[in-house]
Amino acid sequence: MNKIWIIAVRELKSFFDSLTAYILIVVFLALSGFFTWISGSDIFFIGQATLQPFFSVAYWTLFFFIPALTMRMLAEENKSGTIELLLTKAVTDWQVILGKFLACLMLIGIALLLTLPYYISVWAMGPIDHGAVWCGYLGLILMSMTYISIGLFASSITSNQIVAFLLSLFIGVFFLIIFNVLSSDFTGTIGEILSYMSLSTHFDSISRGVVDSKDVIFFLSITVFGLTLAETSLSKRNIVD
Amino acid sequence: MSIVVENLTKTYGQQNAVNDISFQVNTGEILGFLGPNGAGKTTTMKIITCFMAPTKGDVRVNNFSIHDNPEEIKKKIGYLPENNPLYYDMNVIDYLEFVGELQGISKAKIQDKIVEMIHVCGLNIEKHKKIGELSKGYRQRVGLAQAMINDPEILILDEPTTGLDPNQIIEIRKLIRHLGKEKTVILSTHILPEVEATCDRILIINEGKIVADGTPETLRKQAQGNEMLRVQFADYGSRDSVISLLQSLDTVLMVDPVLNEDGTFLIQSREGKSSRRSIFQLCVQKNWVMTEMTPIETKLEDIFRELTTN
Repeated sequence: MNKIWIIAVRELKSFFDSLTAYILIVVFLALSGFFTWISGSDIFFIGQATLQPFFSVAYWTLFFFIPALTMRMLAEENKSGTIELLLTKAVTDWQVILGKFLACLMLIGIALLLTLPYYISVWAMGPIDHGAVWCGYLGLILMSMTYISIGLFASSITSNQIVAFLLSLFIGVFFLIIFNVLSSDFTGTIGEILSYMSLSTHFDSISRGVVDSKDVIFFLSITVFGLTLAETSLSKRNIVD
Repeated sequence: MSIVVENLTKTYGQQNAVNDISFQVNTGEILGFLGPNGAGKTTTMKIITCFMAPTKGDVRVNNFSIHDNPEEIKKKIGYLPENNPLYYDMNVIDYLEFVGELQGISKAKIQDKIVEMIHVCGLNIEKHKKIGELSKGYRQRVGLAQAMINDPEILILDEPTTGLDPNQIIEIRKLIRHLGKEKTVILSTHILPEVEATCDRILIINEGKIVADGTPETLRKQAQGNEMLRVQFADYGSRDSVISLLQSLDTVLMVDPVLNEDGTFLIQSREGKSSRRSIFQLCVQKNWVMTEMTPIETKLEDIFRELTTN
């Protein structure tokens, strides 16, 4: 655990040393703020004290932002060869993967923390369903974990950051849209499976304030699966090369 | 702390990068790893440092196997990889701290260790700069510093002196020699005088196989063969008569005049014989003046070339 933390802290610092962290946070806040408060279908339009508009914007922005964060995680190390230096230290492949995962998650966490003023403002304006808000945040975090693990996997198999970025968008878009669209084209078991695989199904129910273990398991299992693939791809240097 | 390499084989596709090599390195030994490009030096080092798994074979470091206890081994090895990859966006002190923490140095000791490494590797002026802003030589020093920060019992250095200026090279060699007294050091290099200056033992590999193993002296003796002398005379008669007289000495195998140098000959003795005395006596007898007699030693370069070219 200690090693994971050391790696995570280094990665987080490097986000803040480069402009990555600041740009991400500013753009994230600007976009979500715009759609929550200013655009046509904002909170004032709905006329209810709810953060639902914010959650549906964050649902999209995180889809694009997370691959931008994860793309350099392993691809850059593969390219510059620093992965060799890192893995010949007293750490395991898993500690490296989890450390990087944790760093991305912490940055997303910071970005989400900074949206708490939205919550407080809405709360000040009217009676708000606190449960639904916290569930919405939980949903965003679970979804971020899923995207981060996909992004880490994409970054682990290439030494080109652009390829990693596009690949994680490509994988992500299946969970975001394609499974959902396909599920309406199929009936029976296939339709159900596709509907279960769709991220929106699970995110919607969580952000409405219904935390079902089925949904949590869905997000966590994809996360574990993605991280396992990333770890496998990192350790494949041991088998073929 | 000993390193035992047993029947190590690494195959990339069809090609054997390392082909069934075995050797052992003991504590206090500095092993120089020589070989042409692509001979398998780096691959062997990557396997010993647990970066890569071998196709076949095993490496045991103090009876820990790379297959079963890579964590134990990695803690004890300081490794400087070939192209010295570093995080360019970190500054020197932060980077050393990061590596020190990963290698399990306690919080209390880590600052002292960093100060010590900065001093040993001459990084004092540059310690607050980002690694990406440093010159190649300074980056190399950072690479060495991170390899040595946890005082590892084994140092594996892939071309440690590339990019350093001559003063620094001498300092680093001195440092390696000093460290080698109580540690086990494996270093690879292309610079042959460096091997002679620093290593107790040389291992030459070619096409994935060990072709020579021994101290610089034993290697030289093995390769030496017959005695070769470069002799120069003055006040001698004709060149042909000198050659035929020298040839008639019973220890001499062959005499070659050196082109463009009057009165200079290369004399090869018969196996196991020395011709120095008889040549001198011949000079006295014929009243020639001998102005030079130099034994020609086989250089490490020659041994290297002989063993690694087909």
